[in-house]
Amino acid sequence: MKKPEGKHALIVGRIREGTVIDHITAGEALNVLKILGITGTTDECLSIATNVSSGKVGKKDIVKVEGRELRKEEVDRIALIAPRATINIIRDYEVVEKKGVEIPRSLVGVVRCPNPGCISNTSEPIESRFEVVERGLHCLYCDWLITKDITGHII
Amino acid sequence: MQHIISIRDFTRQDLDSFLDRAELVERGGFDPRMLEGKILALLFFEPSTRTRMSFASAMARLGGTSISVDSVEASSIAKGETLADTIRVVSGYADAIVLRHPKEGAARLASEFATVPVINAGDGAGQHPSQTILDLYTIRRSMPLDGLEIGLLGDLRYGRTAHSLAHALSLYDVTLHTIAPPGLDLPLSVVHELRRHGMEVVKHGDVGKVIRDLDVLYVTRIQRERFPDSASYYDVASSYRITPDLLEGAREHLIVLHPLPRVDEIDPAVDRTPFARYFEQSRNGIPVRMALLQEVMG
Repeated sequence: MKKPEGKHALIVGRIREGTVIDHITAGEALNVLKILGITGTTDECLSIATNVSSGKVGKKDIVKVEGRELRKEEVDRIALIAPRATINIIRDYEVVEKKGVEIPRSLVGVVRCPNPGCISNTSEPIESRFEVVERGLHCLYCDWLITKDITGHII
Repeated sequence: MQHIISIRDFTRQDLDSFLDRAELVERGGFDPRMLEGKILALLFFEPSTRTRMSFASAMARLGGTSISVDSVEASSIAKGETLADTIRVVSGYADAIVLRHPKEGAARLASEFATVPVINAGDGAGQHPSQTILDLYTIRRSMPLDGLEIGLLGDLRYGRTAHSLAHALSLYDVTLHTIAPPGLDLPLSVVHELRRHGMEVVKHGDVGKVIRDLDVLYVTRIQRERFPDSASYYDVASSYRITPDLLEGAREHLIVLHPLPRVDEIDPAVDRTPFARYFEQSRNGIPVRMALLQEVMG
């Protein structure tokens, strides 16, 4: 996407209340929404910009969620695929809070275990559970270790 | 409430404490009425002879009784009931549950829904902690667990006993020698983890070249279904077979272990040598499982 001309031009409009997730790794915006559980069937008003030029990181994605302030524990989950993302909480068009994301210690119901023999891939009433370890994600049910393509395993 | 789900949940101190307790039991230091009035539920959704019978026997020796489900077909799982519901229901019938299930992580799930202790008796290709503890017990009865050269032979890629035992041994001062057919090596992720624990892991292709350096040789079954045809299976299996000739020149105190059942991995002639300890190992399942039942219900 080409950056629009003019000092005040914006790719997507400002939001009055809600959350802006900035500096998402280019191309990961839709996966970020997937992790946050925001789909086409949920009520949030969304603006998504992908491959936006950025002085800091070259290209980036931006997601704006109107009318919803995301909690820290919700957004920390996106650190797995967008470790440099920043979260801006907007009230009355102003940024009232700005924070980075931290990789959480555990992930519940976010990632599917790639092991077909894992009990979390059955109809049992449980959610997948992983602990975040140095080399990737460790399934707390079957001990499987996901070391690459974490995005590909997002539920 | 204490569950026994995975060997990873235990420290060396925990394991030593189980082994001490099993030793005490074997010397007769237990109350034969300790678990009188208690009921143990044996939920076996996969075939088992040794594990199921030895838990039932261990329970009886402590004065308790066992109730069991022997197959998926005979249970409400066949009607579509979840394992979680089965566990909630059986928690109301028994004071502890021993579970064997084909899915990895099944025992962990069971521990989340049970209101009584759960002991994992094997979950698919996952964990089988009571087997590992009895393996350690058998070794410790012959020699101290530190300073040993231990060989793991067979299907080290898929074999759950091999992974569990390797992990437990990494808590001790042990050098691990892995001997596996090509393609059935110990997974690299497991090797990395063992090395992170400070364990020296040495890979070998030929058991004959390392047998004289070992204190313990732990043999596991090489499964026929891992090979494209019978001919290639027999070819590989025969070159990893333990025979009296192979054991010529081995250390005098070497012990050969096997979780059983064996098929062709160990020549029956080895049974008559002082190296063969696999039947003793199987018998050790009783004091070890008595110790575990005491731990969770005593």
